[in-house]
Amino acid sequence: MVATGSVFSAACQQPDELFALETRNLTKQYNGLTAVDRVTLQVRQHEIFGLLGPNGAGKTTIMKILATLTLPTAGEAWVWGHRVTHDKDAVRRCIGMVFQEPALDDRLTGRENLDFHGRMYGMQRAQRERRIRDMLHLVGLEDKADVLLKQYSGGMKRRLEIARGLMHFPRVLFLDEPTLGLDPQTRYHIWDYIRQLNAAEGVTVILTTHYMEEADALCSRVGIIDYGKVRVVDTPACLKNSLGNDILTIEAMPLEPLYTALAEQPWVQSITCHDQTIMVSVRQAEQTITSAVLLAQRVGSTISSLAVRKPSLEDVFLHYTGKRLRDEGTTTQGQHLRRGHP
Amino acid sequence: MSSWFNVQALYVLWLREMKRYVRARSRIIGSLAMPFFFLLFLGTGFKSFRPPSMPEHVDYLNYLAPGMLAVVLQFGSMFSGMAILWDRQFGFLKEIMVAPVSRVAIVLGRTLGGMTTAFMQGFLFLVVATGAGLRLHSFAGCVLTPLFMLMIAAAFVNVGIALASVMRDMQGFSLVMNFLMIPLFLLSGAMFPIEQFPRWVQLLAYADPLLYGVDGMRFGLIGASRFPPLVDFTVLVVFCSIMVSTSAYLFSQVEMD
Repeated sequence: MVATGSVFSAACQQPDELFALETRNLTKQYNGLTAVDRVTLQVRQHEIFGLLGPNGAGKTTIMKILATLTLPTAGEAWVWGHRVTHDKDAVRRCIGMVFQEPALDDRLTGRENLDFHGRMYGMQRAQRERRIRDMLHLVGLEDKADVLLKQYSGGMKRRLEIARGLMHFPRVLFLDEPTLGLDPQTRYHIWDYIRQLNAAEGVTVILTTHYMEEADALCSRVGIIDYGKVRVVDTPACLKNSLGNDILTIEAMPLEPLYTALAEQPWVQSITCHDQTIMVSVRQAEQTITSAVLLAQRVGSTISSLAVRKPSLEDVFLHYTGKRLRDEGTTTQGQHLRRGHP
Repeated sequence: MSSWFNVQALYVLWLREMKRYVRARSRIIGSLAMPFFFLLFLGTGFKSFRPPSMPEHVDYLNYLAPGMLAVVLQFGSMFSGMAILWDRQFGFLKEIMVAPVSRVAIVLGRTLGGMTTAFMQGFLFLVVATGAGLRLHSFAGCVLTPLFMLMIAAAFVNVGIALASVMRDMQGFSLVMNFLMIPLFLLSGAMFPIEQFPRWVQLLAYADPLLYGVDGMRFGLIGASRFPPLVDFTVLVVFCSIMVSTSAYLFSQVEMD
């Protein structure tokens, strides 16, 4: 509710751009706890936008407000130009939603679940049947279409839900943790589906995730969210470049003297140590790598491994929130970064 | 499309109930067994008991049958209204709530579904009750009884929806069972005439809408009733309207957190 006037006039000056989604100071409180804290976001059409944050950061609550399932305590939100608090049915018509937990009827078959959805959205028979066929094909479930959902695996259910979310040609597709609890292979498949449908149907995708790689691999832009607040929004590349540093990862024995010595160097921007690994942010690795090696020699540490890497989204997250993602998921890359504490 | 009279949404919500009902065969049999055994054993055990203010030819089994039919309808329809809580637990409620369908249409769709399944249960009960010795009184009664059956079902589906709208989960279910369903059943005169109760309990019984349902069906099935059937019918219409509006209001307030 704050400062919407000025925002509106700003939006009116550029009528060409209709945001797929816009929020202004969106706030949600539960019993005095602030789950979503003055979130202001703009998502362009045809984007794949990711909300990245740990479990409990408020991502799902934002989704629920945007999907008209719950009302915000304060602030405003528009989906495809419709206000989520006032024009609920218009919002509902232009969104597809894939929830974090399954939202399927397991006493119905896959096809019946899709049919239910199509009818609820007022689709006519011919269009409905064609669309069911296409969607089942997209997610590769044609041969399981007439099987009761009880017999579906977790990954199959997820794929069916994505198919269902797309049934009624939504403008905006919300995916709440689309690959939570899925094995890596299924996860990569689902990433492919998401990319495909974004390209083929032009649908705007908003997804939440607490997997760094997911945000990095899929999203055109990422918003980092923690304790209900959006800390920063940008493309994954810009976010990583904004740190502007290379990161030296050093494993050595003994570790402590090297750590102490490095910490005193003027070219070290920041230094953390955990799991027998020192991580040093430097402006340019090329110029400092030799200094690090010489320093190790001087203090009598033997370097067993030395690597230079560009900052990852994990580092970006650490930078903006001052902590690592709390939830250790089934990540496949960069595991060493997620263990323990600095 | 978002008006309350959304035929396609009503139809598919109803269709889903039908499919789920047909696919749960063991439940159909299971929920009929108890009222049937009550009818059979009590009806035989109290064979010589002649309920007061009933015609001579009415034995206890025939007196009891409309009452047990009412119980079948009451429990069946109430459960089907409260099944919203299962939908909430298994996530499917979110799928329904996020669709561009008015909340009133969702309530009406479920009401239609619950009415149909409860009616089918009631019909099956009547078939087995006839086998056990229930003698239908008249043809007119055969027409009138389904009307009362549907009214009872519609009202109690909405009692279920209303309760499910204010409850979070099935935790409070035994409260509902013991402090609402059973008292309504015991006060309805389904098993015994309410004249034996103390005055104040009788007054409570008059406030029980199921009393009028049982009475109306007794008129339909065995041709004897305490109130004129029109009174029974009017009370049920009023109760039904109140319950549909209440549940529609409460359900439209439901938020998904």
